[in-house]
Amino acid sequence: MLAIQDLAFWVLSVVAIVAALGVVLVRDLFRAALLLAVVFIAVAGFFVLLSAEFLAVVQVLIYVGAISVLFIFGIMLTRNVREGNLPNHLQIPAVLFPALLLVGMVIAAVATDWRPIPEAATDMVELAQTQSVTVLTEGALESGGFDSSQAREEARQSGLADLLIGRYVLPFEAVSLLLLAALIGGLALARSRGS
Amino acid sequence: MSLEAMLIVAAVLFAIGLYGALARSNVIAVLMSIEIMFNAVNLTVVAFARYVAPLALRESISSVLTGQVFAIFIITVAAAEIALGLGIVFAMYRNTETVNLTEASQLRN
Repeated sequence: MLAIQDLAFWVLSVVAIVAALGVVLVRDLFRAALLLAVVFIAVAGFFVLLSAEFLAVVQVLIYVGAISVLFIFGIMLTRNVREGNLPNHLQIPAVLFPALLLVGMVIAAVATDWRPIPEAATDMVELAQTQSVTVLTEGALESGGFDSSQAREEARQSGLADLLIGRYVLPFEAVSLLLLAALIGGLALARSRGS
Repeated sequence: MSLEAMLIVAAVLFAIGLYGALARSNVIAVLMSIEIMFNAVNLTVVAFARYVAPLALRESISSVLTGQVFAIFIITVAAAEIALGLGIVFAMYRNTETVNLTEASQLRN
């Protein structure tokens, strides 16, 4: 079981990194947009591995389904076949700065003592995260470590939707207002001047 | 698969996106690189929610979901950013017939 997860992790890592490199290096913008969809699908696979199934579905719907198509529309409408995706004149700092940042981030990731949750509780976290979007049976929760019926009841009642319209209702409303404002702004910007 | 491996993959994706955002001269390529960076940050947030959930299961079971809620907010903001960004790109293309960032210098003088 663990071996399959490790194998999936390495395959997804290679696919995501190679496709991301393709996005920034390929000269044909249309191909770059298709490779970007591959990156999005790989990230959705990572979400499944991290037991965030709802986010994986959202990722496929919004990123692969909507944002990739928007990018392809944008490339079609503004395509400049002659130039393609040229690099600019900032190549040396543009390589140096991300490389330094990457070294710093890797050192921080490896050297920090993260104190992860104990191995025994991992199953419970996974179950609680899966339970947030599906309905698990009483038996599955019990074998996953939720001993008392009170804990099982609490796990049943904690879902993403409850958090979104419960504890995080203010950011939720703010973000919906932001989306509306961005939509109106995008419409106003992209509309041709005469009409 | 461990937390560190996940963080390193996300860091590599972020660095690639940052390189693309700095080094490309096409606006749409820059926007695509920014999307890669958004995805890398989302991966990090969800990995932390899975591996180092704070006080998970002891205080409140729903605390293991906080990272995922934040990832949903990030996805929403990214969608709003793309809607606005492409609107600006179309306005720029209509006015200057180019999507090349090095030629976008109307604000200079």
